[in-house]
Amino acid sequence: MSTPVLDLHRVAYAYPGGHQALFGVDLHVHPGESVALLGPNGAGKTTLVLHLNGILTPGHGTVRVSGLDVTEENLLEVRRRVGIVFQDPDDQLFMPTVRDDVAFGPANLGLRGAELDARVAEALAAVDVADLADRAPHHLSFGQRRRVAIATVLAMRPEILVLDEPSSNLDPTSRRELSDILRTLGVTILMVTHDLPYAVELCERSVVLSEGTVVADGPTREVLADEALMTRHRLELPVGFSL
Amino acid sequence: MGSGHSAHLHVDGDTSLHRLPPHVKLVGLLVFVLAVVSVPNEARMVLGALLAMTVVVLLTTRVPPRHLLPRLAVETPFAVFAVVLPFVAVGPTVDVGPVSVSQAGLVAAAALLLKGTTGVVAAVAFAVTTEPRDLVRALQHLRVPDPLVTIASFMVRYVEVVADQLRRMRVARESRGFSARSVRAWPALGSSTGALFIRSYERGERVHLAMLSRGYRGRMPVTVPLGATAGQWALGLVPALVAVVASLAVRAG
Repeated sequence: MSTPVLDLHRVAYAYPGGHQALFGVDLHVHPGESVALLGPNGAGKTTLVLHLNGILTPGHGTVRVSGLDVTEENLLEVRRRVGIVFQDPDDQLFMPTVRDDVAFGPANLGLRGAELDARVAEALAAVDVADLADRAPHHLSFGQRRRVAIATVLAMRPEILVLDEPSSNLDPTSRRELSDILRTLGVTILMVTHDLPYAVELCERSVVLSEGTVVADGPTREVLADEALMTRHRLELPVGFSL
Repeated sequence: MGSGHSAHLHVDGDTSLHRLPPHVKLVGLLVFVLAVVSVPNEARMVLGALLAMTVVVLLTTRVPPRHLLPRLAVETPFAVFAVVLPFVAVGPTVDVGPVSVSQAGLVAAAALLLKGTTGVVAAVAFAVTTEPRDLVRALQHLRVPDPLVTIASFMVRYVEVVADQLRRMRVARESRGFSARSVRAWPALGSSTGALFIRSYERGERVHLAMLSRGYRGRMPVTVPLGATAGQWALGLVPALVAVVASLAVRAG
């Protein structure tokens, strides 16, 4: 089997205040996969995501990204490989214009001039917002901001795209447009979400995290069809939705 | 309300002032204002001439007056202060019509008005021709310390986000029957302000995480270096040079 893009081995983490969020998480994501990370509020999903690019370092266990250990000296390369799109685009987009914001990541990697411009254009085109390059983020619609936020990470040519609640606060059309775009990107995806139909639509595999441990890992439809598991971990499909 | 101060200051255009590199304009503005302030208060003709020149520079931007006038209103408090000055200053008095006012106060008031208006007109000429992001780049180019540049840049970006949050909190308060009419409302306003501060602080932490995730290591990358030709420097510094010469001439004469 190929080297996993993400390889987490018995990752445990307790916050400085003493609250333990993760109790030995094992997770593998292979190139080309789209994986949904599901779980109730407070399950430790966000804490887990922050381990993927070394913002948090595990108290126990190891995190490897395409075979590279997440350590202090590898941080920049790890952050290039793992692109995290945070939930609130206003947190992600902090530069005065869309172009500057998309250029921020690749510029930190040392790109300049024509190469940087090409990278920015490529990322904006991938999420279909090339015409917004010179706009200010606060003048965009929420759906546009979400897409630009994805472009800011794509510009670093990541090996895996980690999306935190990509469909939240989107109107139905923006939500559908985003899924169309995500399908065309051709990049490995780990998607944290409460939107179970979205997981069914986009991810062939789902991992359920509950109280800091992985309680299920399998094909999305099978995981979501397991009613006992779903009820136990406060997950439910919307009324009227059938698998 | 509260929306778009940063967005509405700049007006697109293609005049020579628009085309000048932002750091040239910024240096020109700074030197010009310092020179104008250094002109002695008694040289009202010189100050008047400098004001006239600044107005001409502002007119070359071809920005419509209806857009400029509200921007100039920022001077109002200083103008009020200048008008009050002759009545409250002490010393020898002169009669102006039916009232007698302080002579020193009158001189100071006239100079304050002239210098203040000149400064505001010059700043508006800069602001309407310079995009906020270019101002940030100019500060960075002129070696202003990185934390200050980053703070300025984030203010440009987040002033509307915070204003929006404030607006939502006000609507939520009023939706529950709150009205800020008496002193008893102050504790509620105080805790709203506190909550806004906490939220902004937390947003700052989340923004920082997002920056780290994209490889930020304490320095904002310079993606498009600024440059200026000797001709651009010469053009940009003309008003500043005129003001410096005027100030020196008045002092010498």
